[in-house]
Amino acid sequence: MRAFERVYTRIDDITKATVGLTATGVGNDELATVGGRLAQVVKISGDRVTLQVFAGTEGVKTDDEVVFFGEPPSLSVSEELAGRFFDAYGEPIDGGGVVRGERREIGGPTVNPFRRLQPSELIATGIAGIDLNNTIVTGQKIPFFADPDQPYNQVMADVALRAKADKIILGGMGLSNDDYLYFRTVFENAGALDRIVSFVNTTENPPVERLLVPDMALTAAEYFAVDKGEKVLVLLTDMTLYADALAIVSNRMDQIPSKDSMPGSLYSDLAKIYEKAVELPNGGSITIIAVTTLSGGDITHAIPDNTGYITEGQLFLRNDSDTGKVIVDPFRSLSRLKQLVIGKKTREDHPQVMNAAVRLFADAANAKTKLENGFDLSDYDNRALGFARDYSEHLLAIDVNISIDAMLDRAWGLFAKYFTPAETAIKQELIDKFWQ
Amino acid sequence: MTKGTVSGIVANMVVVRVDGAVAQNEICWVTAATKGTKGAKDAGSDQAKGDHFSVKLMAEVIKVIGDEAYVQVFDSTRGLEVGAQVEFAGHMLEVTLAPGLLSKSFDGLQNDLEKMEGLFIERGSVTEPVDYGAVWDFVPTAEVGRSVVAGSWLGEVREINLVHKIMVPFTFEGTYTVKDIAAKGSYRVTDAIATLVDGEGGEHVVTMVQKWPVKRAVKAYSAKPRPSKVMETGVRAIDTFNPLTEGGTGFIPGPFGAGKTVLQHAISKQADADVIMVIACGERANEVVEIFEEFPHLVDPHTGNKLMERTIIICNTSNMPVAAREASVYTGMAIGEYYRAMGLKVLILADSTSRWAQALREMSNRLEELPGQDAFPMDLSAIISNFYSRAGIVSLPDGAMGSITFLGTVSPAGGNLKEPVTESTKKAARCFYALSQARADSKRYPAIDPLDSYSKYLEYPEVVRYLDQTVEQGWVDKVMRGKTIVQRGKEASEQINILGDDGVPVEYHERFWKSELVDFVILQQDAFDATDAYTSFERQRVMYNMVLDICDREFEFPDFEVCSGFFKELVNLFRQMNYAQFDSSEFNSYKDQILAKL
Repeated sequence: MRAFERVYTRIDDITKATVGLTATGVGNDELATVGGRLAQVVKISGDRVTLQVFAGTEGVKTDDEVVFFGEPPSLSVSEELAGRFFDAYGEPIDGGGVVRGERREIGGPTVNPFRRLQPSELIATGIAGIDLNNTIVTGQKIPFFADPDQPYNQVMADVALRAKADKIILGGMGLSNDDYLYFRTVFENAGALDRIVSFVNTTENPPVERLLVPDMALTAAEYFAVDKGEKVLVLLTDMTLYADALAIVSNRMDQIPSKDSMPGSLYSDLAKIYEKAVELPNGGSITIIAVTTLSGGDITHAIPDNTGYITEGQLFLRNDSDTGKVIVDPFRSLSRLKQLVIGKKTREDHPQVMNAAVRLFADAANAKTKLENGFDLSDYDNRALGFARDYSEHLLAIDVNISIDAMLDRAWGLFAKYFTPAETAIKQELIDKFWQ
Repeated sequence: MTKGTVSGIVANMVVVRVDGAVAQNEICWVTAATKGTKGAKDAGSDQAKGDHFSVKLMAEVIKVIGDEAYVQVFDSTRGLEVGAQVEFAGHMLEVTLAPGLLSKSFDGLQNDLEKMEGLFIERGSVTEPVDYGAVWDFVPTAEVGRSVVAGSWLGEVREINLVHKIMVPFTFEGTYTVKDIAAKGSYRVTDAIATLVDGEGGEHVVTMVQKWPVKRAVKAYSAKPRPSKVMETGVRAIDTFNPLTEGGTGFIPGPFGAGKTVLQHAISKQADADVIMVIACGERANEVVEIFEEFPHLVDPHTGNKLMERTIIICNTSNMPVAAREASVYTGMAIGEYYRAMGLKVLILADSTSRWAQALREMSNRLEELPGQDAFPMDLSAIISNFYSRAGIVSLPDGAMGSITFLGTVSPAGGNLKEPVTESTKKAARCFYALSQARADSKRYPAIDPLDSYSKYLEYPEVVRYLDQTVEQGWVDKVMRGKTIVQRGKEASEQINILGDDGVPVEYHERFWKSELVDFVILQQDAFDATDAYTSFERQRVMYNMVLDICDREFEFPDFEVCSGFFKELVNLFRQMNYAQFDSSEFNSYKDQILAKL
């Protein structure tokens, strides 16, 4: 029993997702259980209280017991969180005991922008499509935009394990059971379990429960970053399924939908999550890497569109038909914060090598279009195509795992193999120093 | 004062049963019980040991039905209960206007962010926007017996690098006579500096601080003429092709990744204005952090002073309360109007007005109003027009002119410019800087589309005259010629793409490459290069004339490869010129190389 519990036994009305009853002394956002299922107060009008039942209302009876907790959703935080797996409510699902610690409300206040630091520390992932072309830094928020058939969860697991983070917090929303077990096995095999905290809602759980997952994950992240000064990496997959759950709730609350049947508050709802990414004055940081699945590659859909306006760039995964490998698309991907580190925290030739390689890759794309349209190819076109194949295979492919210096050296090697120094249009002093 | 109790709650809209009169848009304070939170614990507060204590949350009346007022709370309503006490303030949302606002960073409700304790912004945090302890060296300028009206200057103090006028408060109606005025000396903002007598003999004491309801336009001016002077931004695609005016309005729509923020930051660094207000409205916090980190070190190219010294930041980032986001643009505008009334050139940049419109939409939705297109409120267009109309150049009571130039960004959903916010803004703003995804994808920055964008000011005879006098005779005609070159180049390029390089006459290639020359040399600009980022009007005139001169020539190339080769070399030399200091020997040597090639 918690401190302020109050019990009612009469429910007046029931819809698919909500129940209404007469109750007093109830706080907004407060948690309750309805016939044992977790619910949250979403509307109060006089003594009429509307509760959103996360697991749905199938089988709820008008005389079911409603118990109010007197507090909004919260999570017990302490070092004991490390290495544990929880459901969307923060209850253990790994067979372990309850976490002892201080209870903290989830979805807490905003960091004062004036107290933030500018992100400046590079996160090395070993993947050239990220480290070389779209370098990410601590305190950044960036999603993978991927079609559902692409191996985004595998890439994310790789990134997580290679990044030198003190803690990795996984927020799984609508994760298939197979993917959940995949993450578990990968983390276990890597011997990294003690660095990992997971909050998982699988497809077997009710969709509305997902709405709690990001806030749970970020409350744990804030504990480690703010209280302990640790560098925390938060993985959120799949944010599209999170947004779908928002749409379900808003629909059941009779709200007027805006674009693509999404609630009008989608931007703010997503921003509240992503903006938890922060570089803190105490040395701690929260970095968010998310997955937003696309339907048919459409980035104008409300979910990726709003996400793009919030996050600091996006990483596109695509299959490269020439090499048969999954690559991080160098054209459509962008890391807005790379300017803060490339050439400053990395080798001086990084910005120029990155730009030259992408430009030459674009020349190859043009040559390909020429070929498809039946025009003749010049010698330069053929060399560009050769370069593009090697570049995809030996640098862009996500299964390549090398250091940034090695990436740069490899790029210089490819330049020398296919082009003259002038064709790369790199500054002369860098050519003198690095041309192989 | 009217009091009330909470009778209903949905998200941040709260229904209050009131015991007396309330006004639409009146401010009230809702008392919410809360528990100790993380931030409070960091601060080591006694209240934080899990005990309940209460905070007062600011809210605004948005609808009244019978004895029930619907209020939007500028904060989280978590834990709020029916029966909570509400006190009405008797006034609308106000800003505090006094010396000392420059270089400050405020939230959307004018709380000073720097003064807030702790890492997190705690619910119900309130900090003073001005420093009531600070003393200012006041110099009287109005003599006893003088007749004054709202906005008349009574004296002045020095605020960093600006002469800050102390005015008759904007709320004063009618004509007053100065009965006495403080002598030259040091005063706090709350000290009396003048006594004014109204027509009926009533006496009014004036201090250096006044308040003004943000949603009302300050009307302390005698006339609002059409803008006639161009405001230099140092961005060629704007100044040369589609200039913005002092007192003008413009907006920048663009999909994400098209460079809206980089462009706005460039303008905020370089524009020829006395005061710059940056309103970060529902955008990324890290972008504001960039301003915090950079502006104290960067130098204003026009005065040599530190950028931060002329800047005021209003910051309501995307994760801060939505209702306060709506207020933030008005707070910024009201502060801008205050500085305009001192005879200053004010530039207000708001990023992004779409987020403000979304805040309006959320509230309209909760009020269960019948929605307009894309669920935005029906009066969205009117609200936006009304807001943009607060910009402008004005004649002040003391004869000086002051101006507010307003430039907003719009974030169209899906990059589609046919959505309600873009369309409504198009009706209100006179300059349109469309950022194009295609230009951004091919790294042609700034990605301002040269054909879709426009500046209505180029059609103003007074602006044409101004440019004739300040740049050169016939300048606007030259601008139009440049636009035609770009248009014809685009048509030629389409033909080349369809028919192949060999399938069109060489003149088509020449036409295409002339437009590329304009594009690469004039329209594209490197915002990250110290020299190229800012181009003075004089330099723009020189460069543009050189480029036009080349476009006027007929070359008669033997084949298209010679044509593209020739222009590629020209583009390269011109770009080196853009990277060189104006009129330096390096600059002139590239100029000579170009002339030699012709």
